[in-house]
Amino acid sequence: MITERVKQQFIDIVGAENYDDSKAGRLVYSYDATPNFQSLPDAVIAPRNTKEVSDIVKICNEERIPIVPRGSGTNLCAGTCPTEGGIVLLFKHMNRILEIDEENLTVTVQPGVITLDLIQAVEAKGLFYPPDPSSMKISTIGGNINENSGGLRGLKYGVTRDYVMGLEVVLASGDIIRTGGKLAKDVAGYDLTRLFVGSEGTLGIITEATLKLIPMPETKQTMLALYEDLEAAARSVSTIIANKIIPTTLEFLDQPTLQVVESFVNIGLPTDVKAVLLIEQDGSKEVVARDMEAMARICREQRAISVQVAKTEEEANNLRTARRSALSALARLKPTTILEDATVPRSQIANMVKAINDIAQKYNVTICTFGHAGDGNLHPTCPTDVRDKDELHRVEQAFEDIFAKAIELGGTITGEHGVGVMKAPYLEWKLGKEGIAAMKAIKQALDPNNIMNPGKVFAKSTRKRVVVTR
Amino acid sequence: MKNEQIMQQQFQARMNEDELLNCMRCGFCLPTCPTYIESGFQESHSPRGRIALMKAVVDGLIEPDEDVERSLQLCLGCRACEPVCPSGVRYGHLLEEARDIIAQHKTYSPIVRFIRHLVFKQLFPYPKRMRIATALLGFYQRSGLQSFARKLGLLRLLPNHLATMEKVLPNVPTWKEMNERPTHVEALAPRKRRVAFFSGCLMDTMFMDINDRTMKLLQLAGCDIVIPEAQTCCGALHGHSGEKADAKTLAKRNIEAFEALNVDYIVTNAGGCGAFLIEYDHLLKDDPVWAERAKAFVAKIKDVSVILVELGFHHRSLRLPNQIVTYQDSCHLRNVMKTASEPRLLLQSIAGVEFREMKDADRCCGSAGIYNIVHPDMSMQVLDYKMEQAKQTKATTIVTANPGCLLQMKLGIEREGLANVRAVHLVDLLFEAVEATKEATEPMKQTG
Repeated sequence: MITERVKQQFIDIVGAENYDDSKAGRLVYSYDATPNFQSLPDAVIAPRNTKEVSDIVKICNEERIPIVPRGSGTNLCAGTCPTEGGIVLLFKHMNRILEIDEENLTVTVQPGVITLDLIQAVEAKGLFYPPDPSSMKISTIGGNINENSGGLRGLKYGVTRDYVMGLEVVLASGDIIRTGGKLAKDVAGYDLTRLFVGSEGTLGIITEATLKLIPMPETKQTMLALYEDLEAAARSVSTIIANKIIPTTLEFLDQPTLQVVESFVNIGLPTDVKAVLLIEQDGSKEVVARDMEAMARICREQRAISVQVAKTEEEANNLRTARRSALSALARLKPTTILEDATVPRSQIANMVKAINDIAQKYNVTICTFGHAGDGNLHPTCPTDVRDKDELHRVEQAFEDIFAKAIELGGTITGEHGVGVMKAPYLEWKLGKEGIAAMKAIKQALDPNNIMNPGKVFAKSTRKRVVVTR
Repeated sequence: MKNEQIMQQQFQARMNEDELLNCMRCGFCLPTCPTYIESGFQESHSPRGRIALMKAVVDGLIEPDEDVERSLQLCLGCRACEPVCPSGVRYGHLLEEARDIIAQHKTYSPIVRFIRHLVFKQLFPYPKRMRIATALLGFYQRSGLQSFARKLGLLRLLPNHLATMEKVLPNVPTWKEMNERPTHVEALAPRKRRVAFFSGCLMDTMFMDINDRTMKLLQLAGCDIVIPEAQTCCGALHGHSGEKADAKTLAKRNIEAFEALNVDYIVTNAGGCGAFLIEYDHLLKDDPVWAERAKAFVAKIKDVSVILVELGFHHRSLRLPNQIVTYQDSCHLRNVMKTASEPRLLLQSIAGVEFREMKDADRCCGSAGIYNIVHPDMSMQVLDYKMEQAKQTKATTIVTANPGCLLQMKLGIEREGLANVRAVHLVDLLFEAVEATKEATEPMKQTG
């Protein structure tokens, strides 16, 4: 609850036009892209600078008001759903690229910058920011950092974490700290930068970030390999890596996914095969040509029925578009789409894909699988209907089995979506009691009053899956 | 309060729950939404936000209060969110239904009620009255009244955007011209198709010369054309403004007027009308008598550009004096009729035309039916962005494919004071190219 007095304090800070507690204004920030989660905040505030963020946080700390930082609300773990009310903090005013430093190869941005805008701005200068989550047209850098987002290029170039060099963070006390900086080498103190990346807004509010850039690769090629058998495709993935080739992307789509994607984008994807690998390599012309040839050979050896290299940039782009649309295209099958991101060591891909199929059969549910097979990050996706309680229950059981299997194979419950509320009940499976205790100690030290995105990451109880309806 | 409760019940009874659930809130629609961008990224002015609001009303989480209504009314209805929606949510249908519920329960001020009644019930459904209204405008333009009003500065009494609008209205045809419309014309080349022409209400009055040129181009391409007299307004204006019942009546009259004609296609030259006609099957889906007939009707609707390309008009070696041309998509032509490449192909086929795509050509220009009159602030904000992109191309000719967009482009040119830039309908430019090419080749033929 926000009292009139506190409301006035907020308005004094940001101005009346940046404070909204109307019913409709709150409703449209009661959700993110995670199915089945909705909860109204008490107010929505759009600060204009770090000082205002700090002033807001001080009040929240004083009054014990939960605070949920939100970019564009595209995350899939209910990380920005204000499950405990409080205020949703928007960064629509803090959306400038502050500096592109071509000498130090860094870019400094405010959190509200759209990921694709950043990528295009640096590419205009011949520089490269590799993390490319599927939602990059919409997502913000602030959101990417808080969720430590991955993307298609993660296999070769790593994820958001690998590009964050420095941060400005407002702590729960309202104190403003700066971590890291433009230095490639810097061992002064704890690596707080890494601590905040992926902390899902539970430790502080990121208000500025300095990101690493690399030179644009000279060229890139894309190819598609088709398989009549799922495991042959998975084996190709492992074999390519075992042959010491690291492609930029090595994406996997199974047949149900292919059919849905093709009906959505209509770009002539084959829909009569069991699995497809989308493979890309970038770098110098010679290396790309050599690697593409070697990978094509490996795919054929692993019984690919066809291997085709995209001839034009347009063709390649179409293939990438298809993969990017996979999740959302699946939403066409049924009203509700539940998507997970269980991840295993890449050597275990074939086993994991097989296990997913068996589990789907066991619980009599449809599970379409696609994902970043090259880094072991799969997206088993289940089209269902929240109104069908019986099926929904089976879907939950199936995913529980999938998480358990992933851990058994040396993997994790989430590769890139984050824990949020969705995965919190399973976190202990991965970290153990002691791991959770260590994290709680950090949380307690930095946010003693638990105002920073409360209810996320740490579950009230382990293992029981939380699904809030409507 | 009571009214809100009734509206809530109507939402629960009438909104398509499957369609609402289909929105997975991925947010792919956000960057395509003009009002989301121009409102400074307010989720309540985005498609995802509006769907969430509609769903919340159905779920009983929120009442259909003024804020909800403002959010739904400020939508341009451009439907740019639909082609990018991975889940295929038919946002336009949801919006139409919600607006219809609101309109039915809204207590408009007497003056607004009077204007709505006049426009929706007394004017647009009657072609003859449209002609009378246009004739009055013609009298105003030709009698000296217009120059008198302009000299006296009477137009300054109008809100700014309306005063500018007055300046850009085309010179309209006379009463006599409007009443001597053909009902059948023959192909001027070997006959390839028999088509019917949907003449529209504004297009057949205020923009009558565009209709004439449209038919001429179709004749040249090898079409016999029938223009049934019984046709009427498409009903788009009604449908988008929450007057669905009237829209259905008009739809039935049009289906009746066209279904017995035995034609290959029904041709339109206004994206706004075409898009509404092509969704008659949705409009009448619950009507057992009309649903099937609507489907047959819908299958024949095509924009003129599509037919011209089908008949090879882009291979005619047309030529125009050198000029830079850009194309502003009609949102409904692009997003609903899925016609975007054909107009561009036709423009690019004209020698002398340097076609330059403007940035965000597929973003709405802010005309949106009567939106620019009802929501002038947002409309002009959207238009200013559009003109900025148009200027970047250095085009001297801005081509559109819908009367509303055409007027809005003219308005933008006037507002920006761009003396050397003109806005024309695609058909105008093609016709101009036909004439110019004829002039260039005919003397040669005589000497040769």
